[in-house]
Amino acid sequence: MTLTKWTAAEVAKKVINNEELFILDVRNADAFADWKIEGHQFEYLNIPYFELLDGVEEILSDIPTDQPLLVVCAKEGSSVMIAEMLTEAGRDAGYLEGGMKSWSEHLEPIKVSNLTNGGELYQFVRLGKGCLSYMVISNGEAAIVDATRMTDVFINFAASKQAKITHIFDTHLHADHISGGRQIAAQTGATYYLPPKDAEEVVFDYAPLVVGTEVKIGNTTIAIQAIYSPGHTIGSTSFIVDNHYLLTGDILFIDSIGRPDLAGLAQDWVRDLRETLYNRYRELSNELIVLPAHFMIIDELNANGTVSKPLGDLFAENHGLNIEDEETFRSMVTDNLPPQPNAYQEIRQVNMGKITPTGEEQTEMEIGPNRCAVR
Amino acid sequence: MNVTTVLDAKGLACPMPIVRTKKAVDAIESGQVLEVHVTDKGAIADIPAWAASGGHTILEHTEEDDVLKFWIQKA
Repeated sequence: MTLTKWTAAEVAKKVINNEELFILDVRNADAFADWKIEGHQFEYLNIPYFELLDGVEEILSDIPTDQPLLVVCAKEGSSVMIAEMLTEAGRDAGYLEGGMKSWSEHLEPIKVSNLTNGGELYQFVRLGKGCLSYMVISNGEAAIVDATRMTDVFINFAASKQAKITHIFDTHLHADHISGGRQIAAQTGATYYLPPKDAEEVVFDYAPLVVGTEVKIGNTTIAIQAIYSPGHTIGSTSFIVDNHYLLTGDILFIDSIGRPDLAGLAQDWVRDLRETLYNRYRELSNELIVLPAHFMIIDELNANGTVSKPLGDLFAENHGLNIEDEETFRSMVTDNLPPQPNAYQEIRQVNMGKITPTGEEQTEMEIGPNRCAVR
Repeated sequence: MNVTTVLDAKGLACPMPIVRTKKAVDAIESGQVLEVHVTDKGAIADIPAWAASGGHTILEHTEEDDVLKFWIQKA
């Protein structure tokens, strides 16, 4: 039977198009429990490859024949071996090129909306890690918010739109993934903005992103307006784009809120988090469409694959915005927090420019889910 | 420690370190010890997990200059 190589992009289409897929994940049970390829209609079987060295006959009855079959491992090698064994046993089987490593790095650019005067807003969905980046394009210029380190994707996408990247923003100093902002700025000559309160230890030059920072992209007016919104970090900044979209960074997600502990200052920042979510954001229009920097679960994806929701809906539905008692809130965001993102302290060091790991080390550091939320 | 066989699996990528380790363990007797050298980082989790699934014992493991060494006693 046929052995097929699947790219991460092909798997991403299955997620976004809500299609069925049977995944045989041959990594360790721990690795599978920690992080896997999530799809609305995906089914899973986790058997480590080293338990299948004598043959796959015993698991054949557990693998349905009416769905496509994809074998997945960490880097590819083991999945090729097991997929070959399955084809020899009479099944069609695919393996994921590059394994979970390539899944973690795949970005899917999806259009959120048109903006005024011919502008466009795109969300770059990193399905494997739950990171969301943004590109605002207008009249031959582009701005990027919270770029990930797959910088070619952003640079090539802007080029395909005949747009020059002029402004790059990070809403905060990231702890779960390595920012691509500095590198894209170096390659394109764009200005890289960081909130100065998050950048006190940063060892490179940047433009300070402060309240009232307002830039226009293209010669038509796509306003990007910065709002100070601390809590996940002390410098966290949100953006209102084109008076209609609220980019919340890691402060507010669709189904959860940001955690205040990743810089080791949870007790200090919990009050800021409360202030941002319960006062500052409430002064904004309920009509604004929230575009966060992460999603945690696949249910947060809209039908078209984007992650967004009106602010008013979040005030009604998001548990983290509906905790009356301040002490209960404090306890929720500081006690019993989920595990921290993999290598989060080292990732912060990279984003400050203090250490420069190799590409392979960067991949290792970013393995696993983002874990920036409390729910 | 009385080592029966030494397996050099340095430079091999997953799944080969485990495939070779399994073959080497298949070739020794119960109670005997296999010493394995690997450089694939995935082995840190995979060799102990594989050994546990077969009931083998990891007597010792070291990491020096990016070389991982395991001493595995066959069940």
